[in-house]
Amino acid sequence: MKRLLVATALGAVGLASSAPLYAGGEVEVLHWWTSGGEAKSVAELKKELEAKGDTWKDFAVAGGGGETAMTVLKSRVVSGQPPTAAQVKGPQIQDWAAEGVLANLDSTAQAGKWDSLLPPVVSNVMKYKGHYVAVPVNVHRVNWLWANPEVFKKAGAKIPTNWDEFMVAADKIQKAGFIALAHGGQPWQDATLFESVALGVGGAEWYRKAFVDLDPKALNSPTMEKAFTTLRAVQKYIDKDAANRDWNLATAMVINGKAGMQIMGDWAKGEFTAAGKVAGRDYICAPAPGTKGAFTFNIDSFIMFQQKDASKQQAQRDLASAIMDVHFQEVFNLNKGSIPVRMGMNLDKFDQCAKDSAAEFTASSKSGALVPSFAHEMAMPPAPKGAMFDVITAFMNTPSMTPKQAAEKMGAASGKKV
Amino acid sequence: MGEPYRTQTAGSHLIGRAVIYTLLVLFALYYLMPLFVMLTTSLKTLDDIRTGNLLALPVQLSFDAWTKAWDSACTGVYCGGLKGNFLNSVSFVVPAVIISTLIGAFNGYVLTMWRFKGSDLLFTALLIGCFIPFQVVLLPMAQTLGWLGIANSTAGLVFVHVVYGLAFTTLFFRNFYVTVPVELTKAARIDGAGFFTIFWRIILPLSPPIIVVCVIWQFTQIWNDFLFGVVFSSGQRQPITVALNNLVNTTTGVKEYNVDMAAAIIAGLPTLLVYVLAGKYFVRGLTAGAVKG
Amino acid sequence: MNQPAGGASPALTRARRGIADYVETALPKIVLGPTLLCALIFVYGFIAWTAWLSFTESRILPRYDFAGLVQYIALFANDRWWTAVKNLGIFAGLFIGFCLVTGLVLAILLDQRIRAEGFLRAIYLYPMALSFIVTGTAWRWILNPGLGLEHLVRQLGFEHFTFDWIVTPGMSIYAVVIAGVWQSTGFVMALFLAGLRGIDDAIIKAAQVDGAGPVRIYGSIVIPSLRPVFFSSLIILGHIAIKSFDLVMALTGGGPGFSSDLPATFMYTFAFNRNQIGLGAASAMMMLMTVVAIIVPMIYSETRRQRHG
Repeated sequence: MKRLLVATALGAVGLASSAPLYAGGEVEVLHWWTSGGEAKSVAELKKELEAKGDTWKDFAVAGGGGETAMTVLKSRVVSGQPPTAAQVKGPQIQDWAAEGVLANLDSTAQAGKWDSLLPPVVSNVMKYKGHYVAVPVNVHRVNWLWANPEVFKKAGAKIPTNWDEFMVAADKIQKAGFIALAHGGQPWQDATLFESVALGVGGAEWYRKAFVDLDPKALNSPTMEKAFTTLRAVQKYIDKDAANRDWNLATAMVINGKAGMQIMGDWAKGEFTAAGKVAGRDYICAPAPGTKGAFTFNIDSFIMFQQKDASKQQAQRDLASAIMDVHFQEVFNLNKGSIPVRMGMNLDKFDQCAKDSAAEFTASSKSGALVPSFAHEMAMPPAPKGAMFDVITAFMNTPSMTPKQAAEKMGAASGKKV
Repeated sequence: MGEPYRTQTAGSHLIGRAVIYTLLVLFALYYLMPLFVMLTTSLKTLDDIRTGNLLALPVQLSFDAWTKAWDSACTGVYCGGLKGNFLNSVSFVVPAVIISTLIGAFNGYVLTMWRFKGSDLLFTALLIGCFIPFQVVLLPMAQTLGWLGIANSTAGLVFVHVVYGLAFTTLFFRNFYVTVPVELTKAARIDGAGFFTIFWRIILPLSPPIIVVCVIWQFTQIWNDFLFGVVFSSGQRQPITVALNNLVNTTTGVKEYNVDMAAAIIAGLPTLLVYVLAGKYFVRGLTAGAVKG
Repeated sequence: MNQPAGGASPALTRARRGIADYVETALPKIVLGPTLLCALIFVYGFIAWTAWLSFTESRILPRYDFAGLVQYIALFANDRWWTAVKNLGIFAGLFIGFCLVTGLVLAILLDQRIRAEGFLRAIYLYPMALSFIVTGTAWRWILNPGLGLEHLVRQLGFEHFTFDWIVTPGMSIYAVVIAGVWQSTGFVMALFLAGLRGIDDAIIKAAQVDGAGPVRIYGSIVIPSLRPVFFSSLIILGHIAIKSFDLVMALTGGGPGFSSDLPATFMYTFAFNRNQIGLGAASAMMMLMTVVAIIVPMIYSETRRQRHG
């Protein structure tokens, strides 16, 4: 009898200890969301993770839209101590995966049914050779036109729906004494403006061939020349103080009624909200001229690095599933000004611009007009993207460069694969 | 030196003084302008900045930006301002300055008092280290620190700063000790004093001026460094320059210029104070021979 | 002289002295050793590592398979690289030149027994204490035509005043010079001031007695005896010019376009942002070879001269 008791006791102890007690792992997360609004958004993720028993070790490095963070990331990987997760987007995900340092997220993806919740355009970017290696956080729409209705009324202009109408409206605004297009002469802003021009002039099919496939025939083409010609015409409506101006100072010009329009992604909405402006009443959000029905996306995502520690691996899985979670998607994007990447969510809490954006996102993914933003590193690797940036800014700063020359250089830029 | 040359008449002397003072004031304006911009911006409200001229005085004086910068600004998920990072910087700057100064002093001593064949060539070889841009050594250093196991720690940062500070500290001390007559050392050796004795008893007491110069230089360089700080530290242990960068260079967030400027001044205060207060000793130290042959 | 204490034998004393002498000769080298080791590994070793990488096809992370001169060919065919090289020549020349001249002039002026010398000196010195984020942001605003100096002067009534260098592709590098000179002149001034104060009064007085005017005194006696100061300043300014990365990034970001790019910013952009480490390494090697070609002979000749001088 005593022997049976001891055996049972031992067995019970054995059972209890064989199920490992999950004490929570640590996730070190590299990101560049350091402004007040962005920090609030990331804090949501931190809360969710801590609710699951994990700890969040913050590793924020601002600057250049992640450029400094990428330097730090490379150094950390080289030193053999990669962070658990890092904010990396677009084709860079595949570059990192090719180095063999990323963790496989398929199990979490299957459990969360990611394939059915993400458009194929998006999930392809998150995969390497068919396996999930990254998890998307939000969707920014880049091809927006932000307008001040007061300025338009005073100038007697109407919101343009294509680039020809743009020239007409801009002329009227300029004659009324305002600046037609608020812009900041930084390479990424030049490229953001250019890609909306290119999309409006050439359409989604050509855009894809040129900027995703990097087809030299599509790049060095009459369509590209037309895009640059249009850009040259648009340049007339930018004020001469635009060089190196920060994007939010350009938005301020629209908010203050000094300028009529800005072509910028949906993070501009944050500036309007911070200034107490209401969508539809104090400012108008419209698709960039000629791009109605098309959606240029910029998706922030996190890649996960392979970890040796089992608790860290579990924490990574927790992080990935938390990011795709309905609650997080809602709260994060409300704070950030973007829309959830998870399709089919209830968007009652979002403002009109966000709702329009979400509707277009689903519609364009079905119609084939959902394209990655090349200005925001979603379409091509950094090397050709950088080379194309050089061409665009050179074009905008060198009045003597012709659209034909620019188109030729764009063709050459794709081939740079050193 | 310092006697104005009284070879002119009283009148032209006055004009001469007037010219000198005017030039000095004009230069002073050139130097003070950015500080003025920073200070006034940090005391404005965001509305004032949005609507006003950047060189104008604040319409409504407000110290909110300063408290926010120190206490509650967001530098990532953590929104506690710069105060924590201030201490982080101190924790590695102080050891790095002390160690690199000490080693530099010994090196300078050896290169001037204990010359051997080829020591000049070695000194030149050492000076090349002054010119290496840090970006070039970033990746190999990351790999090395990874092997040594100190990649993501205060010890790693101290190590890196000491290594790349040695060229300068050696330069300063060597140029200073070159002015001290070698006979002093030779006589002491004849009297039986050893290597370290001569250093502690004879050379070190002569050194305060150059020690001040070296410490000021190293402190400024290491405190203001960004690149090594951002790569070799993380999270709560980031130095103040990294936190400042996170504050100022947000990409798609709303920018608060007044907080940015207040934070920049806070981050620069220690070095500013060092230069302003110790400036006199700095020049004195340099006078005592840091720059002569 | 060194009589052995107590009853030690002469042989033991000789042995002790032998060891002591050996230690005395070795000790300096031992003390210098760690520094030299550091230089060997962390300066020369890393240069060699970079050199190796410049012969590979490294992209996002280092790879070590030899690939010939492919990166150098690409480098020399790159427009942006040549712009960066030209800019370095302009920037370094102007920056060093203006800092030396301004530093010397300010030092001479301050040396004239000025009231408030300490105060003025602090004003000239403080910029060196600040970090690049601070100086870059502040100067970016001041040099911006619509917001800064041009705007202010126009408001004062000079309608046609233009000062838009920072936004003009051909002139942006000169804007960087202005901010760079602002930051570094103070230090050079301090060096020269110290040098001036170290000049022997007797020589000056003798020249004055002989009837030499101030110009003659400065030209023939003062400035030549400041030669070591020029040397030290050149090293410090040269090192700042070559390393000038933070200032350019904060002030112009390399722009407009890439017209104010410098080799240091070029190397960083291509190695870290464009995932072309191989190309970045090649540009770094070009930078370093230029430094060696110019600086090394200068340093060596000055060092030897100082020894005999």
